[in-house]
Amino acid sequence: MTIKATLRLAVAALVRNKARSLLTMLGIVIGVAAVIVTVAIGVGARTSVQQSINSLGSNLIVVQPGSVTQVGARSGFGGASTLTPEDGLAIAKLPGVAAVSPLATLRIQVVAGNNNWQTSVSGVAPTYTFIRSWPLASGRFFNENDLASAAKVAVLGESVVEQLFPNGDSPVGQTIIIKGAPFTVIGTLAPLGQSGMGQDQDDTVLIPYTSAMQRLTGLTTVNALLVSAASADQIDPVTASVTALLEQRHLIVPPQTDDFQVRNLQSIAQTASQTGAIMELLLAGVAAVSLVVGGIGIMNIMLVSVTERTREIGLRMAVGARAATILRQFLAESVVLATIGGLIGIVAGAIGTLAVSLLTQWPTAIPPQWILASVAFSAMVGVFFGYYPARQAAQLNPIEALRFE
Amino acid sequence: MAAVVEVRDLRMEYAMGSDTVHALRGVNLTVEPGEFVAVMGPSGSGKSTFMHIVGLLDTPTEGTYRFEGAEVSGLSADERADIRGRRLGFVFQAYNLLPRTTALENVELPMIYAGTSEAQRAAIALEKLDMVGIAQLANHHPNQMSGGQQQRVAIARALVNDPGLILADEPTGALDTKSSQDVMRIFSRLNEEDGMTIMLVTHEPDVAAYGRRIVTFRDGLITGDAINERRAA
Ligand SMILES: Nc1ncnc2c1ncn2[C@@H]1O[C@H](COP(=O)(O)OP(=O)(O)OP(=O)(O)O)[C@@H](O)[C@H]1O
Ligand SMILES: [Mg+2]
Repeated sequence: MTIKATLRLAVAALVRNKARSLLTMLGIVIGVAAVIVTVAIGVGARTSVQQSINSLGSNLIVVQPGSVTQVGARSGFGGASTLTPEDGLAIAKLPGVAAVSPLATLRIQVVAGNNNWQTSVSGVAPTYTFIRSWPLASGRFFNENDLASAAKVAVLGESVVEQLFPNGDSPVGQTIIIKGAPFTVIGTLAPLGQSGMGQDQDDTVLIPYTSAMQRLTGLTTVNALLVSAASADQIDPVTASVTALLEQRHLIVPPQTDDFQVRNLQSIAQTASQTGAIMELLLAGVAAVSLVVGGIGIMNIMLVSVTERTREIGLRMAVGARAATILRQFLAESVVLATIGGLIGIVAGAIGTLAVSLLTQWPTAIPPQWILASVAFSAMVGVFFGYYPARQAAQLNPIEALRFE
Repeated sequence: MAAVVEVRDLRMEYAMGSDTVHALRGVNLTVEPGEFVAVMGPSGSGKSTFMHIVGLLDTPTEGTYRFEGAEVSGLSADERADIRGRRLGFVFQAYNLLPRTTALENVELPMIYAGTSEAQRAAIALEKLDMVGIAQLANHHPNQMSGGQQQRVAIARALVNDPGLILADEPTGALDTKSSQDVMRIFSRLNEEDGMTIMLVTHEPDVAAYGRRIVTFRDGLITGDAINERRAA
């Protein structure tokens, strides 16, 4: 018998039992739909992380304090706080460096009149807007004089403006209170939107880092140094010279490990995509498990079906069906069930994905290779879990099958 | 022309725990083309066992069987399936039609396995349904038909591959007298007008009376084999 004829026999048998066929498919449908939705959200998130990393400015190099994982090796240093604004000034003098800004961040309550809001207050240098390519919406940014005098001036992100000045008045010239000290708002930032991690980048207040260190953190160190290389091909040499300079300034000699990390966007992007790859692997695991569960459902029902249709099988054998033909027919039934289940699952998953992205505004994307993989895997599940029931059917003795009540 | 069925010293034994059931103890029978053999005998005498062997659904413990001139004892399961599909037609007491499937599609089933083309299948199936007088029910499902009508669909199904032998094991066992007569008249006509060779098991003398030769089984042996005087005349 041809494959086409076998498939038609299988489809005819499935149509004869529509309700049961649909219920049998359900496991695969739900499994595939769940996989499609999670993959769509995962891949969407990964893509937007990538995009927002790129939007940070491609020449950005970030220096952060080193981790303290090496037990006892560097007990002289206080873990994470070793970077100073002076390190930043020294880096700024290196060739190939366009600009440097320290970053001293603190989450704190900010008050304006009757309104208050918990936000991240970042102490940065006047070069910060250049490094982040972040334009102003109104007013001005602070300058070297403000920095030198640790002036109590602030530039507000869009979300903070909305929270503290909800009536629509221009905040420029108004006063906000940070940790008891009055700061004059001198400008506002253009909106940037969400970062790839789902963070609201506009939920921020920028002040001179000198003011932040003296009035807010009380520390001599900062959370990070942002370095902008003069051009893309300067990223690697600058990364190397920054590392060398800081090792020298921090008196680090070989076997000691660096108390800082210098990372450029390439390495951050790599980490992000590694995280994404692990996530996709986990999803693949979830996919496999749910499809296996769906497959066991198919095997279950197919076994019931073989028992119920014992007389039918006996009859088919009596009128000339070979054992191999019976086997192929039942195998075809489970493969058709699983594959159609997979296809319905993809459609359901696509609809679910659409619903999720409409409801949550999360970015989503369904990669075509996952669609192909879902269909192929569903069909394989059908073969694997359909084989045993099909063999049971093919091994029936026609006389006993015909006599079966 | 070779005999349709030629069995010699056919024996069938079933092991039942430590006992052995001798269902057939040495059966000899020759059926020539065009014969209509009615098989009778008490319950448990081995009639169905014999029909299963003749129908190549089972293999005997001992003995030889030539079907249409060829020895079939040593054939593989696939070869026996092919002969069943192409040269034999079965009619069962329980009709054994596929549920939720039209009469036409039920009749087409043996042709699917024999590889007949789709266009031919429908034409042949309709022709056979017409032969048994229910062409108008071609699109009905079994649960929309009476027992007699269902059995006629089953007869049409047995006819589609132009078999050399039709085997019917108590085909009227589940039917009322009127339907039994209708069905038996169809068998008679197939035998007389189309020369179809038929072997039919029954408990009822009225039904056996349609046969032109009556074979009687008792305890796994043929104890009677006679021409039906009323019909032969
Ligand atoms: N699969 C089997 N296993 C064991 N014994 C069997 C089997 N099939 C038939 N027998 C036995 O073989 C004998 C003949 O059975 P068979 O079915 O051929 O009788 P029958 O003449 O058709 O009877 P009935 O008129 O009741 O249909 C019986 O004793 C029966 O119990
Ligand atoms: Mg019997």
